[in-house]
Amino acid sequence: MNQPVTVPAELDVVELRIPAKAEWVAVARLAVAAVANRLDFSVEDIEDVRLAIAEACTNVIRHATSPGQIDIRCEATLTELTVEVGGGAAVRLRADVRSEDGLGIIIIQSLMDAVEYRAEQSGVVLQMTKRVHAR
Amino acid sequence: MDIKVQVRESEHEAYVVELSGEIDVYTSPKVKDAITELIDQGHYNLVINLEKVRYIDSTGLGVLIGGLKRVREHGGTVNLVCTNPQIKKIFDITGLVKIFGIFDDEQSAKKALV
Repeated sequence: MNQPVTVPAELDVVELRIPAKAEWVAVARLAVAAVANRLDFSVEDIEDVRLAIAEACTNVIRHATSPGQIDIRCEATLTELTVEVGGGAAVRLRADVRSEDGLGIIIIQSLMDAVEYRAEQSGVVLQMTKRVHAR
Repeated sequence: MDIKVQVRESEHEAYVVELSGEIDVYTSPKVKDAITELIDQGHYNLVINLEKVRYIDSTGLGVLIGGLKRVREHGGTVNLVCTNPQIKKIFDITGLVKIFGIFDDEQSAKKALV
């Protein structure tokens, strides 16, 4: 009996590296929004992704111990977009609603479908996924 | 990308801060400076008009919260004008709808100050 062939959704990768400086965050969010626009996201979902990525970059900048770079990696399939944001600085792991950092984390967790942290040699990488919902 | 800040005096010693553009980690210091200057001059009843703001992040929210805290120490308040659903959503998910008065038009926001 023939088994149905499962065709994996094609994975496209877009990588971006920006200076860990406030003036470059707009570039990151525009670029990632452009990637999100390639998928079948609603305008609202693209706005969600745009803000979540900006919050992640801002978090890296706030905690940067020295001027460095922010690495952004987007993995896009037909059904979801996963964005990883990492830098040389530690990313705050817990939400503290008393601070702006806490607001940023709350925003990311509210707007994205899945949020994970991963410790790497270069620092903590924040991984966020937004799924395409049927419209 | 930039933020424009316009400050004007309104009735009953209230001041309106009209913002247009995007408020993020790069542009929010300009907004903070404008609000701080008003408070330092003794103006504690503010309307911050966000109708022409296309984008705000947690840094911008932090500036608004900081302003609200300072004016409240003097018995004042900050009311917001906001009609953009995406921005309203951010106030909603962060719980800030409970601490700011958010109005659909400037007249209502000013009226609620007195």
